[in-house]
Amino acid sequence: MAYLIQGETGDWEVVIGLEVHAQAVTNAKLFSGASTSFGGEPNSQVSLVDAAMPGMLPVLNRKCIEQAVRTGLGLRAKINRRSIFERKNYFYADLPQGYQISQYLHPIVGEGTVTLDMDDGSTRDVGIERLHLEQDAGKSMHDQDPTRSMIDLNRAGVALMEIVSKPDLRSPDEAGAYLRKVRSILRYLGTCDGNMEQGSMRADVNVSVRKKGESGLRTRVEVKNVNSVRFVMQAIEIEAERQVEVWEQGGEVRQETRLYDPNLGETRPMRSKEFAHDYRYFPDPDLLPLDLDEDFIAGIEASLPELPDTKKKRLIEDLGLSAYDAGVIVADRETADYFETAAAGRDAKQVANWLTSNLFGALNKRAVGIPESPVTAENLGALVGLIEDGTISGKLAKDVFEVMLETGKAPAVIVDEKGLQQITDTGAIEAIVDKVIADNPGQADDVRGGNEKAIGWFVGQVMKASQGKANPGQVNALLKQKLLG
Amino acid sequence: MSDLRDLSIADAAEALGKGETSSVELTNACIAAIEANRVLNAFITETPDLARARAKESDARRAKGDAKGPMDGVPIAMKDLFCTEGVRTTAGSHILENFVPTYESTVSANLRDHGAVMLGKANMDELAMGSSNITSYYGPVKSPWTRLGANVDLVPGGSSGGSAAAVSGRLAIAATGTDTGGSIRQPASFTGIVGMKPTYGRCSRWGTVAFASSLDQAGPLTRTVEDAAIMLQAMAGHDPKDSTSLPFDLPDFRAACVPNVKGMKIGIPKEYTLDGMPAAIKTLWEQGVEWLHDMGAETRDVTLPHTKYALPTYYIVAPAEASSNLARYDGVRYGLRVEGDSLDEMYELTRAAGFGAEVQRRVLIGAYVLSAGYYDAYYVKAQKVRSLIFKDFSDAFEDVDVLLTPTAPSAAFALGEKMDDPIAMYLNDVFTVPASLAGLPAISVPAGLDGDGLPLGLQLIAGVCQEQKLFRAASALEAAASFSAKPGGV
Amino acid sequence: MPLSKDDVQKIAFLARIRVPEERLDAIAGELNGIIGWVEQLAEVETGDVEPMTSVVAMPAPLRDDVVTDGAIADKVTANAPDPIGPFYAVPKVVE
Repeated sequence: MAYLIQGETGDWEVVIGLEVHAQAVTNAKLFSGASTSFGGEPNSQVSLVDAAMPGMLPVLNRKCIEQAVRTGLGLRAKINRRSIFERKNYFYADLPQGYQISQYLHPIVGEGTVTLDMDDGSTRDVGIERLHLEQDAGKSMHDQDPTRSMIDLNRAGVALMEIVSKPDLRSPDEAGAYLRKVRSILRYLGTCDGNMEQGSMRADVNVSVRKKGESGLRTRVEVKNVNSVRFVMQAIEIEAERQVEVWEQGGEVRQETRLYDPNLGETRPMRSKEFAHDYRYFPDPDLLPLDLDEDFIAGIEASLPELPDTKKKRLIEDLGLSAYDAGVIVADRETADYFETAAAGRDAKQVANWLTSNLFGALNKRAVGIPESPVTAENLGALVGLIEDGTISGKLAKDVFEVMLETGKAPAVIVDEKGLQQITDTGAIEAIVDKVIADNPGQADDVRGGNEKAIGWFVGQVMKASQGKANPGQVNALLKQKLLG
Repeated sequence: MSDLRDLSIADAAEALGKGETSSVELTNACIAAIEANRVLNAFITETPDLARARAKESDARRAKGDAKGPMDGVPIAMKDLFCTEGVRTTAGSHILENFVPTYESTVSANLRDHGAVMLGKANMDELAMGSSNITSYYGPVKSPWTRLGANVDLVPGGSSGGSAAAVSGRLAIAATGTDTGGSIRQPASFTGIVGMKPTYGRCSRWGTVAFASSLDQAGPLTRTVEDAAIMLQAMAGHDPKDSTSLPFDLPDFRAACVPNVKGMKIGIPKEYTLDGMPAAIKTLWEQGVEWLHDMGAETRDVTLPHTKYALPTYYIVAPAEASSNLARYDGVRYGLRVEGDSLDEMYELTRAAGFGAEVQRRVLIGAYVLSAGYYDAYYVKAQKVRSLIFKDFSDAFEDVDVLLTPTAPSAAFALGEKMDDPIAMYLNDVFTVPASLAGLPAISVPAGLDGDGLPLGLQLIAGVCQEQKLFRAASALEAAASFSAKPGGV
Repeated sequence: MPLSKDDVQKIAFLARIRVPEERLDAIAGELNGIIGWVEQLAEVETGDVEPMTSVVAMPAPLRDDVVTDGAIADKVTANAPDPIGPFYAVPKVVE
């Protein structure tokens, strides 16, 4: 269903493109040997190169190239055999060189595709325009001193992969789904931790609106540095509505950069970006063009893990999962890994069911994620195994699961401790069945008189009398035999 | 023995080896000369204490039999573009007036590791931009040379003007320089010494204040060709900290200094002439051709058709790179800061006060040629012409081993001349810039005097990494010219 | 097209060099002289010539991903004008 903004003059469509800045997972920075780790003492992860001391020169980190290529392959994108680092020139306090080394005309990765899994189970392809490598800037702190801003360069020079989508997104939901999917792919690949709170993944959002049915694009506005999926969706909604209002009031949307303020629920122009920029890009003469050979790319391709789209297909086709369950399970790598461990050698559909219907809900209640789950993947698999081999009934399994959540114990241990093993000894079950029939002659006659449905009531009574441990199949068979001959 | 300060590196090494002198003695002689010749303004920062300490260490090494080769104990001047740990490094600019690096440039570290004794930081054109050493914030350098019968102060050339004055004025036995468009070769020519720019990438640029990254190359200023080879051997070599550093082992440069050009093919590019060029230079050039021919070389005319476009190409590429390289001088992390009410005002005031007129001019030109709407017409166009200039040379080196040209279109001029016309000043580099644009090794050898008694150099240019051919031809040229003139007062 | 005073002002701001109003004309003149002179390159036939990207014909060197640097806050801030503790400091930026 199309997302439309109802204006006074009619329906408006939203056109969205996203620029995701993903910090590449590396030990050292893009052009220097300083650490990339998060949270160091101020200026402690800064080399002379990062501080742009006179005469300092950049040397490329191989791993950054590998991570960019790996990501490009994960985005089903073209890997460019030659890419060129250029300088983007502008002055800012946390940009020590007075330029950012980035890629401009010749990025390392070209066009690709990301497939979105929408909530209704449908999929939608979004085009990737490019991915390029660039340096992150340092950090300015404006609030600690009354008259001055303080600069920490720990982040300066960390490798970012800027992933630019085509303007293919049409709603906040799609933008959210896109971000989640890109993050998922990055995490599967191990190229970015996707942590938006720590800033290792950030997004700039390009938003424009147009009348429904219009084919051209109107002026777009860039909303900078939105640091959560939720805020991205909110920012789009709010910015699109603002633009509709501007157009409908006869105004003109200005091409500008705006900031989203989640507290005020508004976007506003960034002061520091008011001046028309002229970045004066040119190839960095301190660096040589980067040429990748086929073997280098092939080596990375051979090491790619199974990615969510492929995994989802396999879970549906080979393991018989529903599209919905498969989609939920592959959405993040940790869940998928959990599932694969739990389902190894078990009934995958049943494992999926336990995961999506029971475990997720329980974890949500406890506000923890899969990695912190008290029920390990091995234990969930073992629980399904106990059902499969008839040790416990599905009903009892739910009780066992509750204890697993509380104690983290293995299901076999719990079954043992509580004596929950299913009764499969026919003699023992028969004794209970006989007793129940004897105690309820009226109902027994009812069944014998032809009301076969009432046999279910007897099953319940027998199960109750056995504290749920009797094998329901055997109970059923015995009751039929005794009451219906 | 002759005056210690008059020794070449090779002679000094021999004398040190034989125990005829000590590094301390040599160093003290140079320090005394520096102090006696402060009028030349050859140094921005003198480091006599450091020099004496290093000289003492050198002598101690030698006493133990651990001398490190021919540079060990030799007192040299260090162009103030090389960052030196604990020693102020200004690059001739106000903006770095109080900058004390916490690190040592690769070139100066290599020389130190070879035992060379640094006497001080040599004066230079501000941020290496200039051809006469008049743009230094620390005042112009005066050439030790004077015209016959005239009492006019002359420029030593630039930008390595302090280095050239120190070597020719016998304040140091040798000096480092850097050459972006001729900044080693042109001052060498003006002051009657040898100046050599190796192939781009031979000397690491790490720790050298950058002017134009794709052009900057360090090299030696010495009094003999052999000295240039000895010193280059110590300065150069692969450095993993510089992505453009050539990953090759160095050949034995000194061994190539054989004055024998028999069978060598010497190209004479007819484009290396300029309207109004003094006859003395043309004559000297012809003389050079004859010398090499007489020594058994085959000389032939070659054509480098895009030569006349080299200078305008350079004056797009170099300022473009400089405008970006100099953006780091912003008053935030080091160097001069002029306070302002806003960040932008602080930047603008700092850079207006910190950079001199020529640097500002080039930064503005650079920003302009890179700006939106002009980039293709200027910068891209220039880089295309640069490809053509490179190809001119490649074609020529199919047929010849080295090229012989004048180094500069004039002898040293007076302080105060050519000051108001930037382009007239830029023309100083007309013969040195093409090899810079192509990254080729080139050397200026003092070859004669003009009618005023001022030295003139001839330039030899070789193909990429063909320094050995260059040293061979330069040794022959040096032998034939047997230049022995010294500036007055030395 | 020669540079106007306004152009010079714009470029000077891009380069963050304060040029006093009274110097704008003179600088415009100097820059126009140089620009006019370099424009002679227009007469060179460059057709499909590739612009030079590097005079060094070799592959870009790559370093290993190991932490070899940092932990020198004292050195990187040793020359800082007016720092605040381990931070560099600049006039307050209003975002």
